[in-house]
Amino acid sequence: MENLEQLVQDGLAAVDSADSLQALDQIRVEYLGKKGVITQQAKTLGKLSAEERPAAGQKINEAKGQVEDAINARRSDLERAAIEQKLASESIDVTLPGRGQDLGGLHPVTRTLQRIEHFFARAGYTVEQGPEIEDDYHNFEALNIPGHHPARAMHDTFYFNPGTLLRTHTSPVQIRTMEAGKPPFRMICPGRVYRCDSDMTHTPMFHQVEGLLVEKNVSFADLKSTVEEFLRVFFERDLQVRFRPSYFPFTEPSAEVDIEWGREADGSIKWLEVMGCGMVHPKVFEYCGIDAEEYRGFAFGLGVERLAMLRYGVNDLRMFFENDLRFLRQFR
Amino acid sequence: MKFSEQWLREWVNPQIDTQELMDQITMAGLEVDGFEPVAGQFSGVIVGEVQSVQPHPDADKLRVCQVSDGTSEVQVVCGAPNVREGMKVPFAVVGAVLPGDFKIKKAKLRGQPSEGMLCSESELGLSENHDGLMELPADAPVGQGVADYLKLNDVTIDVDLTPNRADCLSIKGIAREVGVLNSMLVNSPEIQPVESVHSEVPDIRVEAPAGCPRYLGRILRNVNLQAESPLWMQEKLRRSGIRSIDAAVDVTNYVMLELGQPMHAFDRDEIQGGIVVRMARIGEKLVLLDGQEVELTQGTLVIADHDKPIAIAGVMGGEHSGVSPKTRDLVLESAYFDPITLAGKARHYGLHTDASHRFERGVDYKLAREAMERATRLLMDIVGGEPGEIVEVASDEDIPEDRVVDLRARRLNDVLGMEIDRTTVEEILTRLGLRMEKLLKDGWRVSVPSFRPDISIEEDLIEEVGRIYGYNNLPVTEPTGSLGLRPEQEAVRPVSAIRNFFVDHGYQEAVTYSFVDPKVQQLIDPDRQGIALANPISSDLSVMRTSLWSGLLKTVAYNQNRQQPRIRLFETGLRFLQEGERIDQQPMLAGVVVGSQYPENWANGRRTADFFDVKGDLESLFRLLGIEVHFVGGQHPALHPGQTAELMRDGEHVGWLGTLHPQVQKNLELNGTILMFELFLNSIVTGYVPNFKEISKFPEVRRDLAIIIGSEVAFADVERVARKHAGEQLTALRAFDVYEGESLGEGNRSLALSLFWQHPERTLNEDEVHSLFNGVIDALKEELGATLRS
Repeated sequence: MENLEQLVQDGLAAVDSADSLQALDQIRVEYLGKKGVITQQAKTLGKLSAEERPAAGQKINEAKGQVEDAINARRSDLERAAIEQKLASESIDVTLPGRGQDLGGLHPVTRTLQRIEHFFARAGYTVEQGPEIEDDYHNFEALNIPGHHPARAMHDTFYFNPGTLLRTHTSPVQIRTMEAGKPPFRMICPGRVYRCDSDMTHTPMFHQVEGLLVEKNVSFADLKSTVEEFLRVFFERDLQVRFRPSYFPFTEPSAEVDIEWGREADGSIKWLEVMGCGMVHPKVFEYCGIDAEEYRGFAFGLGVERLAMLRYGVNDLRMFFENDLRFLRQFR
Repeated sequence: MKFSEQWLREWVNPQIDTQELMDQITMAGLEVDGFEPVAGQFSGVIVGEVQSVQPHPDADKLRVCQVSDGTSEVQVVCGAPNVREGMKVPFAVVGAVLPGDFKIKKAKLRGQPSEGMLCSESELGLSENHDGLMELPADAPVGQGVADYLKLNDVTIDVDLTPNRADCLSIKGIAREVGVLNSMLVNSPEIQPVESVHSEVPDIRVEAPAGCPRYLGRILRNVNLQAESPLWMQEKLRRSGIRSIDAAVDVTNYVMLELGQPMHAFDRDEIQGGIVVRMARIGEKLVLLDGQEVELTQGTLVIADHDKPIAIAGVMGGEHSGVSPKTRDLVLESAYFDPITLAGKARHYGLHTDASHRFERGVDYKLAREAMERATRLLMDIVGGEPGEIVEVASDEDIPEDRVVDLRARRLNDVLGMEIDRTTVEEILTRLGLRMEKLLKDGWRVSVPSFRPDISIEEDLIEEVGRIYGYNNLPVTEPTGSLGLRPEQEAVRPVSAIRNFFVDHGYQEAVTYSFVDPKVQQLIDPDRQGIALANPISSDLSVMRTSLWSGLLKTVAYNQNRQQPRIRLFETGLRFLQEGERIDQQPMLAGVVVGSQYPENWANGRRTADFFDVKGDLESLFRLLGIEVHFVGGQHPALHPGQTAELMRDGEHVGWLGTLHPQVQKNLELNGTILMFELFLNSIVTGYVPNFKEISKFPEVRRDLAIIIGSEVAFADVERVARKHAGEQLTALRAFDVYEGESLGEGNRSLALSLFWQHPERTLNEDEVHSLFNGVIDALKEELGATLRS
């Protein structure tokens, strides 16, 4: 039995010096396998008396257990080391940029339009569209701007022929909407409009949003709240808003809307014009077959680029249509 | 309109400062555009009198003057050509500071001592005029400060009037508004009829009474047009933006500014026979006061004599009949011209005058006589002369009717959203010059004065009340009423979803002009004629786009020229087609891609984007939209003939995808392989609403095969044949390899496909799948000549 102890000592030493899982497995086979040297010791049991056998058997089992524990412990060590080595070899520079497609972006005009549309959609307004090549009737006449009207000269209209033109505002969509449906109406119309004018502060194409609300009982006071609320939501500020009497042939009373935009040198509020609005002119209702005694309405219109410039600090209107990627990428 | 604040304050003088005054009229709807002082900032400038003028001993152009400052005499060297003895001039004494912080010091000019400076108008910031010294009137008190003497503590206010407020194109009109706003009475000059001293009257015939409902003429004989307008008048004109010309022109301008009535003065000797107001005859010509000759066109109202036109009515007079210093007898005109007749006429001749501006917007139709009397008196005060009787030719039926408008209190409250006190309403309307004709049960009947042509219906009165009461004093309330929301169509995807898809796939949205360069469009869409603008802003923006590609390719060029090699753009918007009589305006979605497929970095490589990258994007888009679109080989003039796909949905053409034709690319001077697509938005936005199907619990079976097939056979045909024979349980078919190589023989390629089957209710058995799979292989062999690759 000294032999068994020696075998255990040898086995433990071998396990200790095993430097790989394969080597360890070989040692396991060598000592504990079917033909392993310790396993083989069991064969010697037959030579022992029945009294000696249990004790001897137990000794062999203990010896087996000792070596097996050592092998398991060594295996865990080797496996842990192997994982660590693998992990070390797999480490990457996580600061390198990722792979794949870049993100594009919306045009700032669209971005602005979406904010506007979102506000009015929440207030129950539908979004309507209309033709950009318009007829004189919808662009002017039905909006109470007859042929001789001085306001026509202010519109700088692009014509195709005397009766056909590029719409100078989104207001004709008011007419088309009222012609096609029955009151009440709550709609906005975002879109391209055109004026024959091009300089530092004018581009021949720009965007407007027209709004129209027609109900049985609506007043200028309601218009004020709609406009004020919109501007506060849009600019995310509790800014001061003022309504200044103005003139549009298709609304009456008419107002221009100024917002507080910083201070003048003398400390007074600097006002900036941002919108036009008013109560729908009875003549416009008449053109659309709506009884102005039964229904009243308000309408408003705003320049999208103007709002985008104010909101994003863009200082040159023309940049919106140059589509310089270095400009556009700033809005994604 | 520009006007002098001081002049306004002669009419109505509320105790508020300039800024408050401007704010007040702005908030009444007369928007102040700006203001500027009527003179530069200066000090130490007094009225000086030139006592003597001697030549400078050492300079030809300089003179040595002795100038009195009222207490003593000093020597001043002066270079102005108009300096003369006895003249009164602005004199900047030593210590004075002129505009621009220019300090006057003792100096020597070519050896002669000079103590001070005699000033021109420009040196005091009064005008641009630096031709010579500013001459002050002979009665100007020597020694008095010039700023005091000329009352230069004044500003020019510029109001930007809306076209409806013709009544405010005069001091009188603005004063009326200020009076209303401050509840003050307004002063006005007393205007008395001028007694005639002779019986000569102009012969006036109005042949076009609709265009000229009222025409007044008067002869003023023996005038002295050498006489200059008085300084006060010149100053008022100057401060209102009008240059002094001569007494006749100055007075007519003065009356126009003061009362709002444009007038004209003719030289009587140049009028042949008499005055005829008529429409122009075709071919007639007229040299205008500004020297340009115009050919008159039909529809132009003219003032003529018995031979020829002498003025375009309400726009500009003729040169020939205009007054000159030699004019002896004047014919004064004061008329009411019909705004509709005059509309656009000035513009037609490339003109815009103070008169046309007013007549087009509507002058007070009862003002002509009062203005004539005012002008006659003012003129006689300057140029003397003998006035005759006024001749008035009027056509009662053509003069606008006096209007009476009812205002209901209830309507007023409903529109404005608040109840306004009755006496307040009455006070506002009365001060605006409207007359209360009658109190109605629920409101008022008011008559509208002739100076307010813009008021004719109830809403006009409501606006007046609201405007003067103050929009900002009206309440703020939430609109009520039912929203009546419409059903939202789930199958129709909003365009915003499509935009977001492209943004997520690396595309930048562009917004390009709807009008494009016809030369670029011709290259892209040679078979169509873009609809041309009659008045384009420039030739490269002169036709409406028939494809969004024109603008996008121009954007590519713009960015390539700015060192942007990788460009991915999309745009949505209308294209415009002329279809016979009809104009088609179709919403489109288009995109262009050029440069590397992915942003260049260590991991992405530099692979250039190709057809299949963009096709993949579109396929993803169609999955998003829930639609099935087929790509079929096609031909498009702008696209590479071998890399063009026509997009079809349910047999309908929905767009194009392809590579820009190399020749077109060269002509447009673009770099790289440019992929482009354009789709009809309306044809792709409607997909479906999902409808749940039971998920099969049974296993899916996959079979792969590789075939060798002629390269000319489209994958789409292979797929079609395979699907036809693969049975109902086929769930998917994919190409997982495409290979062309010499080993396959020329004109052949190898396609590797995988097919997937699954039955919803049971496991498919081996035999079934085997027979379907073999059926597919046989069909590909028989129908398309494929061979199985071993």
